[in-house]
Amino acid sequence: MKTKLYEIAHSRAGDKGNTLTLSLIPYQAEDYPLLQQKVTTEAVKRHLQDIVAGEVTRYELPNLPALHFVCTQALMGGVTTSLTMDTHGKSLSFALLEMEIER
Amino acid sequence: MKDKLRIGCGAGFSGDRLEPAIILAEKGDLDYLVLECLAERTIALAQKRKLQDISKGYDPLLERRIESLLLILKRNNVRLITNMGAANPIVAAQVICQIASRLGISVRVAAITGDDVFSQLTGEETALETGKPLKASGSLISANAYLGIDALVPALSTDADIIITGRVADPSLFVAPLVHEFGWSQQDYEKLGQGTVIGHLLECAGQLTGGYFADPSKKDVPDFAQLGHPIAEVSPDGTAIFSKVAGTGGLLTTATAKEQLLYEVMDPGQYITPDVVADFTGVYIQGAGVNQIKAWGGSGKQQPSTLKVSVGYAAGFVGEGEISYAGSNALGRAQLAGEVIKQRLKDSFPDLRIDYIGSTSVHRKTFGEHLAPYEVRLRVAGKASTAAQAALIGEEVEALYTNGPAGGGGARKYINEVVGIVSTLIAREKVHPTVTLLHT
Repeated sequence: MKTKLYEIAHSRAGDKGNTLTLSLIPYQAEDYPLLQQKVTTEAVKRHLQDIVAGEVTRYELPNLPALHFVCTQALMGGVTTSLTMDTHGKSLSFALLEMEIER
Repeated sequence: MKDKLRIGCGAGFSGDRLEPAIILAEKGDLDYLVLECLAERTIALAQKRKLQDISKGYDPLLERRIESLLLILKRNNVRLITNMGAANPIVAAQVICQIASRLGISVRVAAITGDDVFSQLTGEETALETGKPLKASGSLISANAYLGIDALVPALSTDADIIITGRVADPSLFVAPLVHEFGWSQQDYEKLGQGTVIGHLLECAGQLTGGYFADPSKKDVPDFAQLGHPIAEVSPDGTAIFSKVAGTGGLLTTATAKEQLLYEVMDPGQYITPDVVADFTGVYIQGAGVNQIKAWGGSGKQQPSTLKVSVGYAAGFVGEGEISYAGSNALGRAQLAGEVIKQRLKDSFPDLRIDYIGSTSVHRKTFGEHLAPYEVRLRVAGKASTAAQAALIGEEVEALYTNGPAGGGGARKYINEVVGIVSTLIAREKVHPTVTLLHT
C-alpha cells in the first residue's frame, strides 16, 4: 500500500545560503524504521531532482527519532539573490512530504 | 549561585510581534529576556542604512520594542540581551538611554562592538560558498564576524540592565547568561554543547511554541493568534524544562521541539558556533507536562580557531512584474503571456524567471495531480546591474495590458536593490570584542 509521507510524518525546512535542510519526523516513533528504510538519500534525490541540483546527505537521529536531509544547490542562489518566489525555500518541507512510499 | 535560571525569548527575527516579549517580561518570572533580531542578511542591510545615515544602522523596531519593555523589565528585575544593535550598537545604546530618560528611569546599557571586521579584509579571502575570492562576488559592503560568549560574558559581568550587540552567534545570546550565572568553564564543551541546544531551541521564539507548525486538522495549534513565546528553566547541570506563560496561545510539545531542534542545522553532529562544536545527535526530548518539554543530552567539543564572517556585497538589482488571469483557461493565457515576455526579454535577461502563481511558482513544478486553477498570476523576475535595466521587466509585463492575451489584470511592477551574502573565516585573535558602558 502506498502512503504519502504527509500522512505519517512532519517536516520543517531551513536554509543556509544555497543549502536546504529538511527534517523528517514521524508522528509515531514506530514508523521511524520504515522512514529509515524507504526515505533513503537516493529516494529523496530522485523526488526532489527538479529542485536540488547538488548533493543530498541524510543524518539519522534515533533518539528523537527523526531523519534530517541536507541538500546543496537547492535554493537558486539563496535568500538574498534568488529569483524564486520562496527565496528561503521554506515551503519545500511540503514538497518532501508529497513523496510516496510503499508501506 | 542561582539554582535555576529562567530565560525567555521574546523575538525570533527583526519583524517579530511586540506583545509576546511584553507578556514574557510581565508574567514569565524571568531572569533574562533575549530578543534575537538579526538574520543572516539583516546586518548587511543595516550597514547600508548606516552608510546613508551615520545615526542609523540599528534595528528599525528598536525604539518601539524598548519603549514597550523598559519599565516592565526594570520593575521585574529582568536583564535584556539583544542583537538589535545590528550595524551600530553604540548608537543603539544611546537611543535606549534617551528612551529611558524620557520615561524617567535610570538604565545602564552595555554595548558590544568588535564584530565589524570590514577594514581587515582585502577581498582576496576565499568565499566559503564559491571557493573564489570574496571580491569576485561583487563590490563588498560589509563584513561582520560572529562573536560568541567571550564577547558577551564580560558585558554580563558589568551591572548593565541591557546588553546590546551586533553580529553574535544566535545560541551564544543564551549560552552567555548560563556561563555567567552558573560559572560554567568556557572549556566545558559538554555543558556549552547542551547550552547551545537550549539556545538553538529558543532562538526562533514562537517557532518552539507552535509558530510555523500549524496545519489544520493534522497539526492544530490552539489560540493560534495569541501565540506565546518560550521560556527555558535551566539547572546548573544544563538540563532544561521549556514552557510558555500560562494563558497564552500556542503549543509546546515534543513535535514542535523536534522541528525546531533540526531547523537550519547543516550537520546535527557538528553544529559550529564561536563557543563550541555542538553535537545534537545525543539529544532527548520528552514531554514534561502540559505545554512543557524537557531536553537533555547535548554535548560538544572544542570550537575552531577561526570565526565565521558574514560578508555583504552589492548584487545589483532585481526587477519584477506581475499580472493576473482568471476564469476558463486562465493558466493557458498566463502561459501565453509568459511566452511573449520570454521572447521579448530573453536576450537581455538570460536567467529570466517566469512563475505561474497558483500553479508552479513555489516549487518550480507540481508534485502529484495537477488541477486547473481558477486564477493564475504571472510573475516575471530577472537580475540586472542597473535599476533602469531592471525596470524593463515590469514595463514589459505592464505592456501586456494592450498587447498580451485576453483578460489580464492587476499588473504590478517592482525594482529592488539586492545585497548578497557570502561567508569567509577569520582568525580568532584578529577579532577584538569591546564593551562600552553607557548610562542615564
